[in-house]
Amino acid sequence: MAINKIGREIPDYIEGIGELKSYEGPFSVEPAKRRFGRKISTITPKQSKILEDIEQAIIETGLKDGMTISFHHHFREGDYIINMVVDTIAKLGIKNITLAPSSLNSVHAPIIEHIKNGVITKIETSGLRGSLADAISKGILEYPVKIRSHGGRARAIEAGDVKIDVAFLGVPACDEYGNANGHSGKSFCGSLGYAKVDAQYADKVVLITDNLVPYPNVPASIAQTDVDFVVKMDAIGDPKGIVSGATRYTKNPRELLIAKYAATVIKESGYLADGFSMQCGTGGASLAVARSIKQTMIEKDIKASFALGGITGQFVEMLEEGLINKLYDTQCFDLTAAKSIGTNPNHVEIDAGFYANPHNKGCAVNVLDIVILSALEVDTEFNVNVITGSDGVLRGASGGHCDTAAGSKLSIIVAPLIRGRIPTIVENVNTVITPGETIDVVVTDRGIAVNPLRTDLIEKLSKTNLPIFTIEELKEKAEKIAGKPKAIQYGEKIVALVEYRDGTIIDVIKEVK
Amino acid sequence: MLKLRRTMMYVPGNNPSMVKDAHIFGADTVMFDLEDSVSINEKDAARFLVYNALKRIDYEGAEIAVRINGLDTPFGLQDLEAIVRAKPDIIRLPKTETPQDVIEVEKVIAEIEGKIGIEVGTIKMMAAVESALGILNAREIAAASSRLVGIAIGAEDFVTDMKTTRSLDGVELLAARSQLLFAARAAGIYALDTVFSDVNDEDGFANEVKLIKQLGFDGKSVINPRQIDVVHDIYTPTDKEIEKSIRVITASEEALKKGSGVVSLDGKMIDKPIIERAQRVLTLAAAAGVYAIEGGKEIGY
Repeated sequence: MAINKIGREIPDYIEGIGELKSYEGPFSVEPAKRRFGRKISTITPKQSKILEDIEQAIIETGLKDGMTISFHHHFREGDYIINMVVDTIAKLGIKNITLAPSSLNSVHAPIIEHIKNGVITKIETSGLRGSLADAISKGILEYPVKIRSHGGRARAIEAGDVKIDVAFLGVPACDEYGNANGHSGKSFCGSLGYAKVDAQYADKVVLITDNLVPYPNVPASIAQTDVDFVVKMDAIGDPKGIVSGATRYTKNPRELLIAKYAATVIKESGYLADGFSMQCGTGGASLAVARSIKQTMIEKDIKASFALGGITGQFVEMLEEGLINKLYDTQCFDLTAAKSIGTNPNHVEIDAGFYANPHNKGCAVNVLDIVILSALEVDTEFNVNVITGSDGVLRGASGGHCDTAAGSKLSIIVAPLIRGRIPTIVENVNTVITPGETIDVVVTDRGIAVNPLRTDLIEKLSKTNLPIFTIEELKEKAEKIAGKPKAIQYGEKIVALVEYRDGTIIDVIKEVK
Repeated sequence: MLKLRRTMMYVPGNNPSMVKDAHIFGADTVMFDLEDSVSINEKDAARFLVYNALKRIDYEGAEIAVRINGLDTPFGLQDLEAIVRAKPDIIRLPKTETPQDVIEVEKVIAEIEGKIGIEVGTIKMMAAVESALGILNAREIAAASSRLVGIAIGAEDFVTDMKTTRSLDGVELLAARSQLLFAARAAGIYALDTVFSDVNDEDGFANEVKLIKQLGFDGKSVINPRQIDVVHDIYTPTDKEIEKSIRVITASEEALKKGSGVVSLDGKMIDKPIIERAQRVLTLAAAAGVYAIEGGKEIGY
């Protein structure tokens, strides 16, 4: 057992997982190995890649007991692929599979049955939600789930920490030879940023599409040179669950208040200057911050060099209006974004490694100026939890949270001080996803706290009318209203390991009683 | 310093989430409502909630008003018995029609103040006028008690009483608003305008705020936090107004130092109303954060 840099107990070794390295700081790991290379496999002239169905694909790829399969999460709650593939694997009697998708959603609840019947024995993912997350929090899996950030997953794949035997990738448009993108078809999702990494590193790559288009399908997010097989199906996802119609600006007064404060922090920080870059989420407050910044950009004639990450229609609008020069897009959050990426050359698809892998020669988050992030909990060390709820149960995703916080020059957390009756600012967060030393400012509806490490920001912001407090004062404010919640009762079993983006373990999640 | 009452935000007294956070949106006055926004079967719950909120929650300096039910209802007296004990800054009367309405409530407040051992007169009052009779009696109502800090017009009931409806240009309210202003100014108290119900009509709301500001109202009742900044922005003086006001105040201070009775600026005489207007401009500017008053010395930035 070791105590890592943020004071969490990390086991040295877990049976079935192996040795664990403890988190020692955001840039403490210097990788000393070569990039992973997959097995070479070839396709000869006149050989067809088209297969009948998923069953045939599983047989042809040679999938066996104990192997690792991967998927992307671009279809979100509309995804049919993971459940169809795992059902078929079960039908073929294959067991002990490691499920390593880029994320999992509520729609993947049927996986619970496949854990019970021994088909899935390990899971590595960014997020877990719904009843599958509940079951895992209760200890249904023998081995702990590995939670990775988007950048951390790309790093793990490129470094060979995760060796994907077969990637099953749903693609909205694909030709017979495996050139695929997300620009058209009834399941169109825009960027395939997370699938691109799997396609390049998995030993075998199967594309599953409901929209076979004439050769050559260009521009291709996934290229024919990476693809072994193509399966055509009637449906690979439910369009309603894949992209939301349009992300709308919030009318919630509390979110608007938080946004007003956050926008003022950004304006006063000095980072809002011509050529700046930004990323923000789809939450109500985040989008409202973007709207407020947009107004300032117009008034002061400021242009952004790029916006990064999950892209929404709001950023597309700013691109079209000339306020943002380029969009770097790993996933499209709404219909507007998904439509834009196939038509606007300045809306650029990037893969998860380019986005946030800390162990390449410079990922996009390294050159990011401002990021707006959400939080379920923040503690007095500024550590952030975005994955376990106030009941200790898994209910979210690591996502790009710790990646962008580490890379950006200004990372801002936006959250209400109290949710329901639960304080957001606490003594110790249940689970640390993002270490406090990479968080600069926490903005709540009842006040703002600046990380004491950022003396420069404290100096700038204390000259404003903003309600600035210490993080301890914010915690006290919350507790004065809502009281101090009782500690969650955890069992002994570790149900998930939270990997920091560099591959070290930043925290563990235990089963809830 | 001049007390600002640019915005008075209505908060239904039976909504715990809104009651606990009411002040964070920056309204000058928060008004917890026990009257029209609370249904008849929630009256006691709202009274209980507001009483306990006032006793427990730190509203961080925001002025707190509570609108009680009228004494002609079964709830008015119970509201006063509970709420006065929680010591809000202001008790607001609904549907005031005669000075007697004010006097009766004042009597009850004074009795309770005596019982709980606080100085009689601590709790201020505000009266809302919502009928033709109330408007005609506005002058007497405004002068009915030294506790009254302001009178307000409630337009929804008023237009119904007048057998008309509200319009965006507000022509149907012009006479009533003017009469209310005369009464408030004659009594030396604040005049507050009515709510604007369509929260999503931001332009319509802004136009109405500009109108009532020009008429002379001190502020407006708001029903959603989103309306607060709109009012405050419109009530925020321009840089030019601020600059001129600083010069007026500086000139008057210098004249005072010299012992000169006559103040002049740029060759023009500055008299008391001009100085008062300048002070009000700077107070509004300071409240909006576009001007700082530090330690009595005023610094523009």
